Amino acid sequence: MLEIKNLHAGVDGKEILKGISLTINPGELHAIMGRNGSGKSTLANVITGRDQYDVTSGSVTYNGVDLLDMPPEDRALAGIFMSFQYPVVIPGVNNTYFLRTSLNAKLKHQGLNEINAADFMRLIREKLKLVNMDEKYLSRAVNDGFSGGEKKRNEILQMLTLEPALSILDETDSGLDIDALKIVAEGVNNFRNSERSFLAITHYQRLLEYMKPDRIHVLIDGKIVKSGDMTLAHELEEKGYSWLES
Amino acid sequence: MDKNQQIIDSAISQEYEYGFTTDIEQETIPPGLNEDVIRLISSKKDEPEWLLDWRLKAYNQWLKMDEPNWSKLNYPNIDFQAISYYAAPKEKEKLKSLDEVDPELLDTYNKLGIPLEEQKMLANVAVDAVFDSVSVTTTFKEELEKHGVIFCSFSEAVHNHPEIIKKYLGSVVPTTDNYFAALNSAVFSDGSFVYIPKGVRCPMELSTYFRINAANTGQFERTLIVADEGSHVSYLEGCTAPMRDENQLHAAVVELVAHKDAEIKYSTVQNWYPGDPKTGKGGIYNFVTKRGTCLEVNSKISWTQVETGSALTWKYPSCILKGDNSIGEFYSVALSNNFQQADTGTKMIHLGKNTKSTIISKGISAGKGQNTYRGGVKIMKGAENARNYSQCDSILIGDECGAHTFPYIDVRNPSAQMEHEASTSRIGEDQLFYCNQRGISTEDAVSMIVNGFCKDVFNELPMEFAVEAQKLMEVSLEGAVG
Repeated sequence: MLEIKNLHAGVDGKEILKGISLTINPGELHAIMGRNGSGKSTLANVITGRDQYDVTSGSVTYNGVDLLDMPPEDRALAGIFMSFQYPVVIPGVNNTYFLRTSLNAKLKHQGLNEINAADFMRLIREKLKLVNMDEKYLSRAVNDGFSGGEKKRNEILQMLTLEPALSILDETDSGLDIDALKIVAEGVNNFRNSERSFLAITHYQRLLEYMKPDRIHVLIDGKIVKSGDMTLAHELEEKGYSWLES
Repeated sequence: MDKNQQIIDSAISQEYEYGFTTDIEQETIPPGLNEDVIRLISSKKDEPEWLLDWRLKAYNQWLKMDEPNWSKLNYPNIDFQAISYYAAPKEKEKLKSLDEVDPELLDTYNKLGIPLEEQKMLANVAVDAVFDSVSVTTTFKEELEKHGVIFCSFSEAVHNHPEIIKKYLGSVVPTTDNYFAALNSAVFSDGSFVYIPKGVRCPMELSTYFRINAANTGQFERTLIVADEGSHVSYLEGCTAPMRDENQLHAAVVELVAHKDAEIKYSTVQNWYPGDPKTGKGGIYNFVTKRGTCLEVNSKISWTQVETGSALTWKYPSCILKGDNSIGEFYSVALSNNFQQADTGTKMIHLGKNTKSTIISKGISAGKGQNTYRGGVKIMKGAENARNYSQCDSILIGDECGAHTFPYIDVRNPSAQMEHEASTSRIGEDQLFYCNQRGISTEDAVSMIVNGFCKDVFNELPMEFAVEAQKLMEVSLEGAVG
């Protein structure tokens, strides 16, 4: 599904990713762990196409198509979703309206009819239950006045509604208390199937305990220094990252 | 070169001719302004002596005044002698079908979601008998007459209701008020007149759109709305459809009078030609004086404006809160894209006790556009317990545009409560990326964010207008983000 080969990328001429290779197959959940500044979020932003990141070499393909040439909205329409580390506030834009516009953009891209307001309300009420969110969030502006945890749940709500093929969860666990973390993890777990893939970015193994990733990769200074299964996460929890540093 | 500019240039290059050789077919007098021109305008309209005197007095005052230069607007000097001050409303040749209309114009109509039959009316295409605009207008007029509401052209009102005109004309905006108001008073062409009798709630929104000849609004419009005791009226001015006019200078005057317990809601959507997007050439200069008086106790005047057109906008719809407990409101969205400049805001003058005013201004700058909010709140000595809330927000799109805010506050009574909030923000790369990541194109994201920004104002518009205004923002912002 996603194939990253020897990816070098950075910001303002400063190289942050120094040769990343990673393959995620359909149905797999991979986790990237690493300290602040190791390049985790840069990787997420390069995959989703954020403007300020420059790719200097390497390739990223998605279902065999070169991603790096596509504008971010086309990547999203192709089925790539990112749960933001810091979801953005858009004052005055209604949350429901935003999500329906987003869903309709996707439906239109797939050549399907747009969903009307009434059908959308039925759909969104179902999804709200899955992340234990109150309907009152629907009438608020996008992320406006939401607490950190509410914002993260709102991201997962969007994921469940848009049903992407590849979901990148950028530190979705940060700022969540244990209850919210469980809700988010369950939301993701129930959404998993043999076709959907995930890339979870995190500092801690806590989220991974709930999500049970297929592969864990440790990112240090822009390189994947070690890959493994859950035992690697446990090892990191015990020993920290320094034993992996050269 | 733009067609409008050609027309303007050729009009300006016309040589001044002495005397008046009125061309019967054209019914346009040569450029230039003097007392004889004013006499001619007045006689063409068969006006009573008192109105001619009023015009002449205004003209003589105008001669002594200087064009104001305190605004942030930057434009070449206007040669007032190069303008023709009278053109009879002439019947344009009707087109047979929409196929004959400029496809670019039709494209814009479609984007704005204007129904086909309305498109025909706007584009001057002959309309089917079933949808005949005259019959619509007739039913409309009958309904109003039933309630005693007078809604007619200003010229008709001068003849049919001289006593009301005489009483209120210039009572809110005196001829000496400002340079452009004085000019308008001297040469005004036509406009609208509304009178709502005591205790009547006007049964429908009054729209200039429905008035016959409304499409030909003219250069120097004059509007007067009088709401008698306990009455209520909502008036809609303008149209979201792009309006082109061969006259570059527009100087309108609007006067509102609200008596005891009366309420006037005045909504404007202004979408005059903003000029060539690449050079700014040919756009309309819009110098408008709009003011309302809350004359008696418990009256209310509410201005809502959506200004997306014109090359220059100079406009400060204001309220004089004379009656005790009276309320003034101003809700504004002003957009300057490409080479547009807007200097707009309001004045709230508190005279009565317990008077309240609210100002919500949303300025949007894009391209090389310059947007200025200029507002004045004055609490006079006798205005016990007056309250004002002002909120002025600006949003910038791109890095070549500008936003400026000039709030003037003058409080002469210590019991006043004033609140002022202001913000300037830029549409953030992070907001756009967030939308992009959800499959929303940058252009759609910008219009979504801007519409969100304008929401508090759009909410004040009548429902139908609000939907149109949103679409208008989308169309006006096209190409604002590269």
